[in-house]
Amino acid sequence: MLHIPCPYCGPRDETEFHYGAGANIFYPEPSSATDEEWSKFVFIRENPKGWHAERWVHSAGCRRWFNVWRNTITHEFGPTYKPFTEQPKRPA
Amino acid sequence: MATTTRRRTVELPEHPDFLWTARVTPKKVYDVIIIGGGGHGLSTAYYLAKNHGITNIAVLEKGWLAGGNMARNTTVIRSNYLWDESAGIYEHSLKLWENLEEEVGYEMFFSQRGVMSLAHSVSDLRAKARNYHANKINDIDSEWLTPEQVKEIAPIVNINPDVRYPVLGATYQPRGGIAKHDWVAWGYAKAAADMGVDIIQGCEVTGFDIRDGKVHGVKTNLGPIAAQKVGMVAAGHSSVLANLAGFDIPIQSRPLQALVSELLEQVHNTVIMSGMVHVYVSQAHKGELVMGAGTDAFNSYAQRGGFHVIEHQLAAAIELFPIFERAHLLRTWGGIVDISPDASPIIGHTPVDNLFINTGWGTGGFKATPASGWTMAHTIATGEPHELNAPFSLDRFVTGHLIDEHGAAGVAH
Amino acid sequence: MSNVTFKFDGVDYVGQAGDSLATALLRNGVLHFTDSTYRDRPRAVMSLWVDEPNALVNVDSGAGEPMVPATTVEITEGLVARSLSGIGDLPDTRDISRYDRAYRYADVLVVGAGLSGLAAAKKYADQGKTVIIMDDQPEVGGHAHECGQAIPTDLLSSLAHENVTHLQRTTVIGTYDQGYAVAVERRTDHVSSKVSTDVARIRTWHVRAEHTVLATGAFQRPLVFANNDRPGIMLSHAAATYVERGVKMFKTAIVVTVDNQGYTDAIRLHKSGVQVLAIVDIRKKLSKASKKSARKPAAKLGIRIIKGATALDTNATLDGILSSVVVLDPKSGLKETIATDLLAISGGWTPTVHLATYIGIKPTWSKKRAAFVVRSKVKSISTVGMLAGDFVENEPAVYFGPELDDTQALVAFVDHQRDATLRDLRRAVGAGMISIEHVKRYTAIGTAHDQGKTSGTLTMGLIGNLVGLAPDEIGSLTFRPPYIAVPFAALAGRERGLHTEPIRTTSIHSWHVAAGAPMEDVGQWKRPWFFPKPGEDLDAAVLRECRAARNGVAVMDASTLGKIDIQGKDAGAFLDQVYTNMFSTLKVGMSRYGLMCGVDGMVFDDGVTTRLGENHWLMTTTTGGAAKVMDWLEEWLQTEWPHLEVFCTSVTEQIATVAIVGPKSRDLLALLSPGLDVSKEGFAFMENKYADVAGIPARIARISFSGELAYEINVSAWYGLELWNKVMELGAALDVTPYGTESLHVLRAEKGFVIVGQETDGTQTPDDLGMDWIVSKKKDFIGKRSFSRSDTSRPDRHQLVGLLPDTSEFVIPEGSYFAEVQHKGATPPIPHIGYVTSSYFSGELNRSFAMALVHNGRARIGDRVAIGNETAVITEPIFVDKENVRRDG
Repeated sequence: MLHIPCPYCGPRDETEFHYGAGANIFYPEPSSATDEEWSKFVFIRENPKGWHAERWVHSAGCRRWFNVWRNTITHEFGPTYKPFTEQPKRPA
Repeated sequence: MATTTRRRTVELPEHPDFLWTARVTPKKVYDVIIIGGGGHGLSTAYYLAKNHGITNIAVLEKGWLAGGNMARNTTVIRSNYLWDESAGIYEHSLKLWENLEEEVGYEMFFSQRGVMSLAHSVSDLRAKARNYHANKINDIDSEWLTPEQVKEIAPIVNINPDVRYPVLGATYQPRGGIAKHDWVAWGYAKAAADMGVDIIQGCEVTGFDIRDGKVHGVKTNLGPIAAQKVGMVAAGHSSVLANLAGFDIPIQSRPLQALVSELLEQVHNTVIMSGMVHVYVSQAHKGELVMGAGTDAFNSYAQRGGFHVIEHQLAAAIELFPIFERAHLLRTWGGIVDISPDASPIIGHTPVDNLFINTGWGTGGFKATPASGWTMAHTIATGEPHELNAPFSLDRFVTGHLIDEHGAAGVAH
Repeated sequence: MSNVTFKFDGVDYVGQAGDSLATALLRNGVLHFTDSTYRDRPRAVMSLWVDEPNALVNVDSGAGEPMVPATTVEITEGLVARSLSGIGDLPDTRDISRYDRAYRYADVLVVGAGLSGLAAAKKYADQGKTVIIMDDQPEVGGHAHECGQAIPTDLLSSLAHENVTHLQRTTVIGTYDQGYAVAVERRTDHVSSKVSTDVARIRTWHVRAEHTVLATGAFQRPLVFANNDRPGIMLSHAAATYVERGVKMFKTAIVVTVDNQGYTDAIRLHKSGVQVLAIVDIRKKLSKASKKSARKPAAKLGIRIIKGATALDTNATLDGILSSVVVLDPKSGLKETIATDLLAISGGWTPTVHLATYIGIKPTWSKKRAAFVVRSKVKSISTVGMLAGDFVENEPAVYFGPELDDTQALVAFVDHQRDATLRDLRRAVGAGMISIEHVKRYTAIGTAHDQGKTSGTLTMGLIGNLVGLAPDEIGSLTFRPPYIAVPFAALAGRERGLHTEPIRTTSIHSWHVAAGAPMEDVGQWKRPWFFPKPGEDLDAAVLRECRAARNGVAVMDASTLGKIDIQGKDAGAFLDQVYTNMFSTLKVGMSRYGLMCGVDGMVFDDGVTTRLGENHWLMTTTTGGAAKVMDWLEEWLQTEWPHLEVFCTSVTEQIATVAIVGPKSRDLLALLSPGLDVSKEGFAFMENKYADVAGIPARIARISFSGELAYEINVSAWYGLELWNKVMELGAALDVTPYGTESLHVLRAEKGFVIVGQETDGTQTPDDLGMDWIVSKKKDFIGKRSFSRSDTSRPDRHQLVGLLPDTSEFVIPEGSYFAEVQHKGATPPIPHIGYVTSSYFSGELNRSFAMALVHNGRARIGDRVAIGNETAVITEPIFVDKENVRRDG
């Protein structure tokens, strides 16, 4: 049961959230995207071992999406950041 | 002392006196390097040697042999998949299983005790019925069971209609079953080693030697090793390796938990899955109940998941199998499963020439161990996919030709 | 002390209140507890607590437990237990005990109420922190208590501090991320041998703490020598404790030790009246301090000390009970056999590292302590006491047992419960196993009920000896939760029976139940499946219900449909992106059907969305898809298009929806809402009106999912049942007929409407469903780009068609796969061309019909296909009212 730092509500239990995979997703302009670029948007998400910038939505709370650094080996959380704000540096 | 009714469990036969050489120093050059000494990597090496006569092979394992998902799964074997492509490769696997112990010369406790998949709602029934009919027309053994027939085969199932998850019907594959995971891996490892394959433990790949779009070898903690061809068969770490080789794959690595009870008198002689409640359970030869759950929701390489997943799983299990109430949870553990977007594997070419990939088996890779190795070996040896794995190419995510097993198997065990 | 009567293996015994079953049996002179699992060797209690590998029992009284160590069972009046040989059995009766859960936050969780744990609790409580201290034993004090020492009163009194929650008999079974811990508290078994239905027998605690102090202590290790498993051989700390508690069966003892603890326990035995014949110490030389604290006091009591020696072997009576010990001086090879009742072993301490390893903290090998210890470097976890190696003065030798020949190794047990021996370890190493994980798997060591609590370090040490490595070079000592075995039922808590999963019901549900409708589970919702009249089965009821909808008036509870209130000036533009068709052009007061695709271009939900005001919309979704759609909308709004001013609110639970369906629905609506213009012209198809219906403020939408004239009456959920009752009351004159989900499915299929999740499985585009008409060519929308991928755009995909069986009463089983007609009656495998998604008998058509997805289906209309021995004709997927005239009544 992760304790996820919702930037709006504070830390809450994992069961209140839904996971949104990697944060670095770029929606390409559909009409000009090649099949490969489109495929990347639809199917490819980052999957690093270590620090991962990822998205969560606090479904059973404020219902807001946010981004957070989390370490996929230790499950430690780093800084959170809101969509369309600058990504904080990858934690050491 | 008073007489008691103490009973005994079965003792498994002993493993052979010799399995493989404990410490092997890698050679400078191999024909083929297999990255990953799990079940699929070992079976790939075995079939490369046996079917294709290639024995100058190194299997590189960063930890201990077969210590990843092979050591952590719940050993369900079946082939009753929905789509033709899936049924094709899993059925080939099941046929290989049926002769494997004899062929490899190793006891694997392959037990065709049947696999039952329960339906709990009208829409669940409909999905299961479709699966049953798909299997029928493809000549995959499959039976449709009423709740009463479920009870005949598995008397411990609660078929009372007034429970939270009433059993409305089930599909049943009599040829499905279980095997003992370590014994399977060790059987392949020993047979491969006997044919000259080098099994190198504690050898972690840290990079690739790629020139002109072609792989020439790998870099490891034990130094560089050259090879004509390289196969990546490293469930749980596929994305990490692909990134080292300079490309992305549509894989997410997630925790999958499983658990066992203490040794108990046999009460359950088949395998029961319930996708809707995310429970699957069998009772191993010695008597422990072996259960698996759904995956945790987030990416992780930690090999552990949340306890709430276990609690919910036990609650659901008791509802389906009231006799389990007093069983004890003895041990839980987690593996890392590589999930693909369509819950189907990826086996074949990569953007790098002579570098091949085998990943994305999700929660269901154990049953595919023989066919995965068989088709991967074919792909590596001939440079082209076998007809059974051709549909499972990486480029299906560009064309859209997915093999989506989600619909029929929410939990694709 | 009061007497307690209990039964073991059918014999009545008397123990004393506070005894464990092990203590009580030893008190009664019972030593031979059981026989070993595989090799049938007599076995007895070896330890004091949960590390016990031998004395497993089944408790028959109370709730019943199939397998539990006798060392942890507290006897109560009427307790019934029996011995086990390593395998338990599950009774086929329900456990009616109560189990529950508790959730707590705390500043500090202290695990273990020994002296170190108590000190930590006091420290933090004094700092004003909230503290939870959990200890698994019946009594506070850990080793100090076991040794009969008084616990300092300042430590005890801190437990009463208002900031401190103190729980005994509470075992922390797992540690998880971010300070999470799970514990089980045994609350009733020590009080009564009866089943507890009013008080939770076991409570599972979920604790989240800022800081965790692990003060889990240590277990004593045995040594590996020949015949080291005989009844009469015990860990020295356990033996001394049992004797101090009044066990009188041992007259003489030999203590074999590698550390100073053996001396402590020898003195305890001596003081309790056991004649200690010798202390056999593998260490020749000791430090000054140890001489002073250990050897001299023992010597002073006249105890013989044999230095530089150990146990090599033991002998037994005819009953298999220990009779003598063969003492060996490995240097000289001299042996001496000494007759004794008790052989007490002190093989060094093994810190209880489990909870630390669960969260990935690796123990380190300390040669000085001959143990794996944990010194946490993680900020949120501290390790204290014996776990952290606080026993250096014990001066243990790194010694696991003497050199043994192969015959001796065969009976030198490493894991007693698995009957695994030194010989098994040697075979494993010979076979190429060097990793501890491989050795475990090769030998089964560490896999039994005790999960290697006594055998873990021993195994690593012994393999180290075999391959010439230090124990920590073999691998790391890791364990998996739970720390002790826990009944499934306890972990299920109250999520049993119908509480296993939440049940959602509509405001009208009680009426459906009273009407005797069987329910269909749709997600967590309960929906009435059909409303049988006496003697009717599903088919008969559905025929009647559909007939009413087609010819009269029928009514259904549509409240479970997902409903999302969408507001904001950009809501229309947003809906244009979400749906494949255009919404921004919709007039206020009108509804439109829409289809949603995922980014992969596959249909994932559908529903009718209504424009309630210029910037106000109400979206409906499928019953099962509501939460998913809500998340989907928010995801796009928040992570892709934040510039859009749109707000979404789930109102599924707030609105009750009653659909009245059929040519007479207009008459019924007129009765229900007398002032409302219900004429064809006055109330157009897809139009919405606000009016009082049966005196209840309502929004009425003229929409149809059956093709018939129909209205959906939406009211506040508070009035749902009232509205339904009024519909039934006023509709009686029109013979209004309630119908369920099955008729809903038949009616819409007759009309060719798809159900997402039935005609679709996540692999259909709108075009596959023949719904290209709803896909806008003018605008972009989510998923549109995916249509032009090569596989998605090929013309011969599986397409939705109708099927009319040639045998008109033959209802093709849903899910059937079928083949070209020439394969009629063929034996599988048969190449298939499609499968049936929906199939019913239609009263309206007086024949069976089906919908199916067929390879290149639209080009094949008129062709025949074979379903087993039956055949059917491919048709358009619409069977009733192709001209859309019925919707106007």
